[in-house]
Amino acid sequence: MNPGSRMPESSALPSQASTAPSTDPGVAAERTVLGEADIARALTRIAHEIVERNKGAADLLLLGIPTRGVQLAHRLAERLTQIEPAFDGEYGTLDVTMYRDDLRRQPTRAVGQTVLPGSLDGTIDDKVVVLVDDVLFSGRTIRAALDALNDLGRPRVVQLAALVDRGHRELPIRADYVGKNLPTSRSERVRVRLADVDGGTDSVVISGVAP
Amino acid sequence: MKHLLTTQGLSKDDAILLLDTSAQMAATQSRENKKLPTLRGRTVVNLFYEDSTRTRISFETAAKRLSADVINFSAKGSSVSKGESLKDTALTLHAMGADAVVVRHSASGAAHQLAHAGWLDAGVLNAGDGMHQHPTQALLDAFTIRRHLVGNVGTGVPGSRQSTDTSAGADLSGLRIAIVGDVLHSRVARSNVYLLRTLGAEVTLVAPPTLVPVGVETWPCRVSYHLDETLEQWQPDAVMMLRVQRERMSGGSGSFFPSPMEYSRKFGFDARRLAVLPDHSIVMHPGPMNRGLEISAAAADHPRSVIVEQVANGVAVRMAALYLLLAGTDETGTEKTGTEKTSTDERNTL
Repeated sequence: MNPGSRMPESSALPSQASTAPSTDPGVAAERTVLGEADIARALTRIAHEIVERNKGAADLLLLGIPTRGVQLAHRLAERLTQIEPAFDGEYGTLDVTMYRDDLRRQPTRAVGQTVLPGSLDGTIDDKVVVLVDDVLFSGRTIRAALDALNDLGRPRVVQLAALVDRGHRELPIRADYVGKNLPTSRSERVRVRLADVDGGTDSVVISGVAP
Repeated sequence: MKHLLTTQGLSKDDAILLLDTSAQMAATQSRENKKLPTLRGRTVVNLFYEDSTRTRISFETAAKRLSADVINFSAKGSSVSKGESLKDTALTLHAMGADAVVVRHSASGAAHQLAHAGWLDAGVLNAGDGMHQHPTQALLDAFTIRRHLVGNVGTGVPGSRQSTDTSAGADLSGLRIAIVGDVLHSRVARSNVYLLRTLGAEVTLVAPPTLVPVGVETWPCRVSYHLDETLEQWQPDAVMMLRVQRERMSGGSGSFFPSPMEYSRKFGFDARRLAVLPDHSIVMHPGPMNRGLEISAAAADHPRSVIVEQVANGVAVRMAALYLLLAGTDETGTEKTGTEKTSTDERNTL
C-alpha cells in the first residue's frame, strides 16, 4: 500500500526483463510462481501435515474463507478423506465480511455465506477448526475470521492453512500450514487462480507493479 | 446506495443484492449469539411521527443486532408536540451526529425531503411516508416470497456444499402475486407493485373500485374488482392481504364500502378462498391484522400463512438495508462494487 515504505525492495522485486511474458513496457509484468501440479502437491502435503499434527482427523473441521479459500477447503477435504477414511469429507465456509476492520474505508462489500456442515447441528464447540485461505498477507482477514468464529462457538483449537504466505504481516498471526512462502514487495499483487472459480488452470501469479 | 426511500426506480441488481444480503443476515439470526460487530460506533435514529409497533421494533432490533447505537424519537412526548418543524428536528439530529435516520411520517415525501434538503448528511431509510412508500416492507415481502416459492427454504438446514439458500441471486420471474384490499391508502401496495415488477413477478391488485387510487393505470400491474374471479382464474402463487386503514377513512367506514360485513364477504380472505388456490401458494399480511374483516382467523393461522415469518424476515431485511447503507465509505458514493471477486482481490492487495 505504501510505496515509500522502508522495505528492502531491491531483492524482493522481480526484475521485469527476465520474467515478464509481455514485452510491452506499459503492462505490469506477470510471473507464475506456482503451477497446477505445484498447487496439487502443496495441498497434498498440507493434508498430511494436518493429520500428522492432530494425530488423525477426529473432530476436524475445515472452514474455507470465501472465495478461493472455500475451494481450497474442498480440495483439502477430498485429500483428507483419502488419507483418513474416518474423515467424513465435510467442510464449511466462514464469511468474515461483517467482522472486517476496514469496512468504513472501502466501498460497501457484499456479504458472503457462512455455512457449517449439517452434521454439526450449528455448533463448532470443541472442534479442531482449520481455517483455509488462499493468500496470507496482513493477517487482518484472519483476525476477522477469529472474531467470526468466536460468535459461532468455542472451538478447542484453531489452526490456519494458507496456500501462499507473502509476508508483510500487520498483526501477530502466523499460519500453521503453508503451501509456499513467497517473498514479495508490498507493491506487488499476488493472485491465486483456481480452475473452479476463475476458469483456466490453477496458478499463483505475481504481478509486479513497477515502483 | 446512500438512502432507501422508494422501491420505484430501485434497480434490479440493487434489489437482488438487498435480498441476498438479507439471506445472509437471516442465517446469522438462527445462531445462539445473534449480535454482529459490523456497525459498532454508528448511531441510528428512529424518527417516528406516526404510531408503529412492528416497524419501529424491527428497525431497533436490526440496528442493535449490528451493534449500532439506537436512539428512539417519537413525535409524542417530544418537542414536535411543541410545534418543532421537521427541519429543526433534522438539524438537531445532524448536530448529534446521526449516521442513519429511519423516518416514518404521515406526509408523503417526508423521507425524500429529509434526504435531499441538505439538513443532514445521514443516510435516510423510509419507514413509511403517508400513502406513498414503505420500501423495507416490500423488500421483506419479496424476501419471504423468494424463500418460499423460489428457494423452497423453510428455516435453512445447513449442508456442507454451500447451498443453504438455494434462492441466492434469483429474481421472482413468472410468479403471480395478488394484492388485495385497501390499495388506496396503502403504501405497502405501492412499494410492492414496483418492487415485485422489477423482480419479474406479475402483480394484480384486487379491490373495490372505491379503494383503487386515481392513476392506477400508470402502475405496472393489472387491476381487478373481483376477488373470487382472480383467485379461480388467475391462480396466484401468493396472496397479500392489505389492512383496511379505517384511521385514514375520514368519513368512517361507510364512505368507501357499505358495511364491514359486505367488505368481508366480497374481499375478505378465508379458508374457503384459500382452498381455491394452488397447493404451494402462500398467504401474507403486512400487519396489523383486522381479523374478521380482511382476513379470517382460520386463514391467518393456516399453515400456509407466512404472516409471522414476515415479521421475522423484517429484521433480516432491515439489517441488510442498514448494512448496505452504512458499512461502506462515506465519500466515494457507494456504488455496488462489493462483488465477491473484488473483495478477495482487495484482501490480497491491502
